[in-house]
Amino acid sequence: MSQTPGNDIAGWAERLRQGDRRALARAITCVENGEAPAAALLSALYPCGGHAHVIGVTGAPGTGKSTLVNALARAYRRRGLTVGILAVDPSSPFTGGAILGDRLRMRDLAGDAGVFVRSMATRGSTGGLSRMAADAVHLLDAAGYQRIFIETVGAGQDEVEVARLAHTIIVVEAPGLGDDIQAIKAGILETASILVVNKADREGAEQTIASLRMMLDLQHPEQATVSHHGTLMAIAAATPEAPGRWRPPLLAAVATEGRGADEIIDAIEAHRLYLTTTPEGAGLRARRAEIELGHALDEALRHLLAQRVAREEYVRLLEEVIDRRVDPRSAAEQLIRCLCSPGES
Amino acid sequence: MSEERRIRVLVAKPGLDGHDRGAKVVARALRDAGMEVIYTGLRQTPEMIAEAALQEDVDVVGLSILSGAHLALLPRITELLRKNGMADVLVIAGGIIPDEDVPALEAAGIARVFGPGTPTDEIAAYIRQQVAERRQA
Amino acid sequence: MFDEEQLKAIAEARRAWERDVLGPALARAGERRDEFTTVSGRPVERLYTPLDQAGASYLAKIGFPGSYPFTRGVHATMYRGQLWTMRMFAGFGTAEETNARYKYLLEHGETGLSVAFDFPTLYGYDTDDPEAEGEFGKCGVAVSSLADMEVLFDGIPVDRITTSMTINGPAAVIWAMYIVAAERRGIPMAQLGGTIQNDILKEYIAQKSWIFPPRPSMRLIVDTIEFASRNLPRWNPISISGYHIREAGATAAQELAYTLADGFTYVEACLERGLDVDRFAPRLSFFFNAHNDLFEEIAKYRAARRIWARAMRERYGAKNPRSWWLRFHTQTAGCTLTAQQPENNVVRVTLQALAAVLGGTQSLHTNSMDEALALPSEQAVRVALRTQQIIAEESGVTNSVDPLAGSYLIETLTDRLEADAEAIFGEIQALGGVIPAIERGYFQRAIAESAYRYQHEVDCGQRRVVGVNCYQMPGPITIPLLKVDAEGERRQRERLARLRRERDAHAVRQALAALRRAATTSENLMPYILDAVRAYATLGETCRVLRDVFGEYREPSLF
Repeated sequence: MSQTPGNDIAGWAERLRQGDRRALARAITCVENGEAPAAALLSALYPCGGHAHVIGVTGAPGTGKSTLVNALARAYRRRGLTVGILAVDPSSPFTGGAILGDRLRMRDLAGDAGVFVRSMATRGSTGGLSRMAADAVHLLDAAGYQRIFIETVGAGQDEVEVARLAHTIIVVEAPGLGDDIQAIKAGILETASILVVNKADREGAEQTIASLRMMLDLQHPEQATVSHHGTLMAIAAATPEAPGRWRPPLLAAVATEGRGADEIIDAIEAHRLYLTTTPEGAGLRARRAEIELGHALDEALRHLLAQRVAREEYVRLLEEVIDRRVDPRSAAEQLIRCLCSPGES
Repeated sequence: MSEERRIRVLVAKPGLDGHDRGAKVVARALRDAGMEVIYTGLRQTPEMIAEAALQEDVDVVGLSILSGAHLALLPRITELLRKNGMADVLVIAGGIIPDEDVPALEAAGIARVFGPGTPTDEIAAYIRQQVAERRQA
Repeated sequence: MFDEEQLKAIAEARRAWERDVLGPALARAGERRDEFTTVSGRPVERLYTPLDQAGASYLAKIGFPGSYPFTRGVHATMYRGQLWTMRMFAGFGTAEETNARYKYLLEHGETGLSVAFDFPTLYGYDTDDPEAEGEFGKCGVAVSSLADMEVLFDGIPVDRITTSMTINGPAAVIWAMYIVAAERRGIPMAQLGGTIQNDILKEYIAQKSWIFPPRPSMRLIVDTIEFASRNLPRWNPISISGYHIREAGATAAQELAYTLADGFTYVEACLERGLDVDRFAPRLSFFFNAHNDLFEEIAKYRAARRIWARAMRERYGAKNPRSWWLRFHTQTAGCTLTAQQPENNVVRVTLQALAAVLGGTQSLHTNSMDEALALPSEQAVRVALRTQQIIAEESGVTNSVDPLAGSYLIETLTDRLEADAEAIFGEIQALGGVIPAIERGYFQRAIAESAYRYQHEVDCGQRRVVGVNCYQMPGPITIPLLKVDAEGERRQRERLARLRRERDAHAVRQALAALRRAATTSENLMPYILDAVRAYATLGETCRVLRDVFGEYREPSLF
């Protein structure tokens, strides 16, 4: 409906790279909706990317993720870096609509040309985070935003999705949300690059921090923790003779007051350095690219399948599976055979 | 399976007006009608609203205002949208806006002013119809 | 109230009635709906009888007016002794225009003043601040300085009439301006009577015209309560409000519970400061909504009095009976007014006002019929005032105190609202109190939920609103609307500019510096604010100092 740059993909891509925010916004819409120019745009822009550092922020609802992202973005801006934010919220499974309310917490960033905030609905993707988010990140990257936050829904499966997109993953906890620590319940502690206990001025913060520290000690017995100005910092084992894994620092924050933001930024940057200067880091980069290729392949195959196989055929096979006449694997193989020899069913 | 392209709506409260009951009810109703609603919250300047509309690439901007400052604020918003190349975004308004002020608002680019007591599904239907027309154009 | 034998007989008779009279009636023609509910969605039975009040003790639950637990009213004679104050909320444009409106209202028989401020003023901005752009005088009077306040009350006997000011974030500053304006006319502050709304908790919950975050805001409020308890014995330094909470979409039970919970929070904050409960509690006042459902509203006010009295006496240990009184002002529900067929609003307001009177309000504002469209015209506001006067003089409802007491319906509704409120208190407590609940979005979410449900009921015709989803009429609305003088803003800016030129800039700077320093300590800020006002520091300048020190509140997002 709004002016589509039409067939001039090269021009569109160039404008986006030059900082035209409308071009960027339109491009994100385009990839969200899987419109025709999307593939060409991404193809044109992917080589230009790879400069942004992507930070996933996950955690249960009520932990204050949006407010924290707001505070971190402001801290980055104070350091002169540009920031893109992708705020993901769940679509209603019944109506398909969504209320995207994260932007509301980021009013401090309004009017700052160095910040771009985009709200995105999950649109029913499996897992909380939409596939489109990956593409949106590439676009923000190509547009030159140096740090990109992805704020997820925090429903549990997101965290796995975020792992394939983000370089650094911040898991946010908050006291008083329940007896057990949410992150442990979700089992995502292992994916965390940084642990943040937000709302650290609330009652119960001490216990939350202590529990998390215990978990970390169990996972990283070779590294000790030290209490430093009230925040818990890891002693980095960056010495060549003991090139350990990255041990996630455990930090406290009061996001509504911006307290703790600078320390978290320092930790993000330290992690970034770790990724770019260590073999472990390179390994993670490679694995991440492989995962993304894998997902792209899955999607391409499904798309091909949808094109090559008639809907009725698919439904017929599905019914056989439901009735237990055919097992899922065999059904899948039949469908694949349709792929290889189109026209035969 | 192709999905009907989702309608993205920005619901905003311009100026100092703090009455958000209506805006929140409409936001929820639009969500229930299958739309994606970005709610900006209170105390939005025209600049903030236009910028949010740009970054979110919305199809619709819905402005809720009960403070009487509509003639001062709403035209500024449509002007900024035009400047940002978003002249064909559907802009609608609601709240406390006397009938006699509506022509001036329409001239400034507000497509429709919804009076108090408008059923929410009427608003949703209007948006759907208007957006469909604009997408075909 | 009835003995065992009587109750048994009634129960038996009831069964017979149901069998022999009701049954056939229902068989012949059913009822209009499957379920009858109050406006808040609570079920209402076909019939209430002594059986519904079987276990009730008249003395413990109902009692006598002017006597614990005050269910029947805070004064022994109520309207036989003195009618409620007819206090019409008014304000628009410049101080001169509003001053004229006040004189008009007083001439026509109102007995107390009530000030509506414009949005910039509510947020602590001067008319010439950039944030005020386009908002001058639109929904209230602009008061940016002591000079404006002096004009606003020019020729009005503030020593003999009480003034209520609807101001919250910058309440302390506006109050200081009122005090100093009176001072300048030789009226000592001890003689001043009135109210400042000054209830920040409900701002976070519903009205949303906050400035500072919760902690410094509570500090300021306790400062005002403390200052009033020492220096202004006739002043109510706070009007703990449910009106706006209801307007935002809450049910009657939510309005009741959230308001009282806020009240408890203020009491606790004052106790924490070390104030003696009997020194400040008598001057805590309340402000409720008068919504459509006549009986539910009456029950709500009675339940409010009973709950507050019990809490003040039992929980907070107040000994002075005045500390147990819940005195309240009422405003008829703005959110029920329709733009369609505005003359119907006169009828709505009448019924709502009646509920407030039958509920024992101390003071009442009745909305004007055109209020869904714009600020009220002179004619419309006069009709609204006359509504109160006709109820007072012609209807006979003031002849006897708490006339509906003993009604099986009313007493049962009162009990039920009390129980509903207690349940909500429990939920708030579980979250750690009002302020933690605000931070978690508890109130905001519940209110949005109720608002949405209500709208849904209207949209699908389940809840009928005359002129909106039934008995509609096409055609434009033709009510003469109030026009705010366009030149007013220019004159106001000129007055501000002149003020800044002519005042002693050094004195202003000094006063503001002293305020800034004091704000970082725990001193009572009222004396410093009064000094700043005396030096003609503007509202915006004073609030900016406080904004710098206290910070600004950011609303949490939630649906």
